[in-house]
Amino acid sequence: MYADTVIADKLVHKPHFIIGLLVAAGALFFLFNITDSFLGHVLSPVIGDPASSGLYGRFVVAFMAALLLVINIVIIGFFPRKLQILAVWMELLLLALTLGIVFNLDLAFIKSKLWFMITQGVFTTLYVSAISIVIASILAIIGAVAKLSDNGFAFAIASFYTSLFRGLPLLMQVYIIYLGLPQLGYVVDAIPAGIAALSLCYGAYMTEIFRAGIESVSRGQWEGSRAMGFKFGLTMRKIILPQAIPLIIPPTGNQFIAMLKDSSLVSVIGVWELMFLSRTLGVKTFQHIEMLMTGALIYWILTIILEAIQSRIEAHYRKQRS
Amino acid sequence: MSDLTQESTNSSPIISISDMSKWYGTFKVLTDINLDVKLGERLVICGPSGSGKSTLIRCLNRLEAHQKGSIMIDGVELHDRMKDVDKLRTEIGMVFQSFNLFPHLTVLENLTAAPMWVRGESESEAKKTAMFYLERVKIPEQADKYPRQLSGGQQQRVAIARSLCMNPKVMLFDEPTSALDPEMVSEVLEVMTDLAETGMTMLCVTHEMGFARKVADRVIFMDEGKIIEENEPNEFFTNPQSERTKLFLSQILQH
Repeated sequence: MYADTVIADKLVHKPHFIIGLLVAAGALFFLFNITDSFLGHVLSPVIGDPASSGLYGRFVVAFMAALLLVINIVIIGFFPRKLQILAVWMELLLLALTLGIVFNLDLAFIKSKLWFMITQGVFTTLYVSAISIVIASILAIIGAVAKLSDNGFAFAIASFYTSLFRGLPLLMQVYIIYLGLPQLGYVVDAIPAGIAALSLCYGAYMTEIFRAGIESVSRGQWEGSRAMGFKFGLTMRKIILPQAIPLIIPPTGNQFIAMLKDSSLVSVIGVWELMFLSRTLGVKTFQHIEMLMTGALIYWILTIILEAIQSRIEAHYRKQRS
Repeated sequence: MSDLTQESTNSSPIISISDMSKWYGTFKVLTDINLDVKLGERLVICGPSGSGKSTLIRCLNRLEAHQKGSIMIDGVELHDRMKDVDKLRTEIGMVFQSFNLFPHLTVLENLTAAPMWVRGESESEAKKTAMFYLERVKIPEQADKYPRQLSGGQQQRVAIARSLCMNPKVMLFDEPTSALDPEMVSEVLEVMTDLAETGMTMLCVTHEMGFARKVADRVIFMDEGKIIEENEPNEFFTNPQSERTKLFLSQILQH
């Protein structure tokens, strides 16, 4: 973020914002009737029994809730920026976690399945994604070079490939590869079929990333290299790609994070990855939400870790270039 | 025998352009260019921007294609079906306005790249040549740095040394000092002057008229894609023939 040297008044401390928020939040809480809540019971000395407090109780609870929200926001508004970010994050996280309480999750059940979800599910998800991203990157390099070459065949094949695989839903590709290949006489296991679908689909998307990366290397590098008598392949390998790859790695990391979640689609063909386990482990005992919430949390944590790694890689290449 | 070689190098041109024209789409950038360059000759090409001077020398190593007429380099004709453009390019050094050094390679690696990858020289051999030419452009101490750590003038000297490592027959300079800060122009011109004294065949597109006066055997003036005037430098500067040359010279020499 660029530092702005002009300081504006804080929005959250402007009277019209505070009053506006109070009215809006109050109306919303009134509309959704939160009288029978924790806050309603706290306020029972004022409104009596929440259940029979009528419109008066409903109004008081909604107003108090809105007031608490506004006070909270105004106080956080006084914090320095970093603390502000932390506080808002923590509050939102707390809000999300209260959902878990609302769902009344069976923690003992989660605990009994957690280790299996990690060793089987997370492991499979990670390795399917990792292999796929490597294959996709190779496809993308070939596709990008083909798209940039003079050769009509290469361009046609590459653009047909990207058009086709970007034009079909990934889920459909997964089904077609898994169910279609056996009809041609090749029976493929679920995992290779899933990896093939993910690689082909992401390779098509990443071809465009790689092409843009290669094209962002200045024309002068081409000319400098060609003028010294380097042929096309040598120029690509030794001059252009080494300069393009630092530009390509950050968006590729992004694709990997996206793939981690899209790999959940291969659960439909029975690969025992995280999504598959989240959907199936709780079925027998009707504890769907327990497993889904656990799976969701694991996906989220994995993504946070990968995003942290990603931003480090980006910082590394930024430093290297300057 | 020695007389014979002497005579052949003197008489047959290393570059021979005849009736050459070039278009960008329908726009004609070069019109009926005729020019012979003998081995060891030093030409300065000048003219207003857009006159086609850069395009002309870029045609000589086929970074640009011409559509009419012929270009002969060392007895080989340049045309679109020529397989050996790459080989020819190894014999023609090119120095660009924007240096075009390879930023991911060190100075030394920039210099050894072509000899090793194209000519298949051994690393030690290529390094020896590279250091020899780095000494010539007076920056041997920068060998292990990356181009971005060097000043513009130093980078351009590295670029010149890089071309020299291939032991070219001709050196082309495309406005080599135009992208430089004023105080760095002279260090590059000095290296080019040294190079001229070794007898290198040089074609320089430049606005450095002091350099032209000192080094050039011939000055070519171009405008609107045509060669308007060519003469030896003294005559060119003191006694320009065409009105356009006079105007151009008055514009660039008045400061």
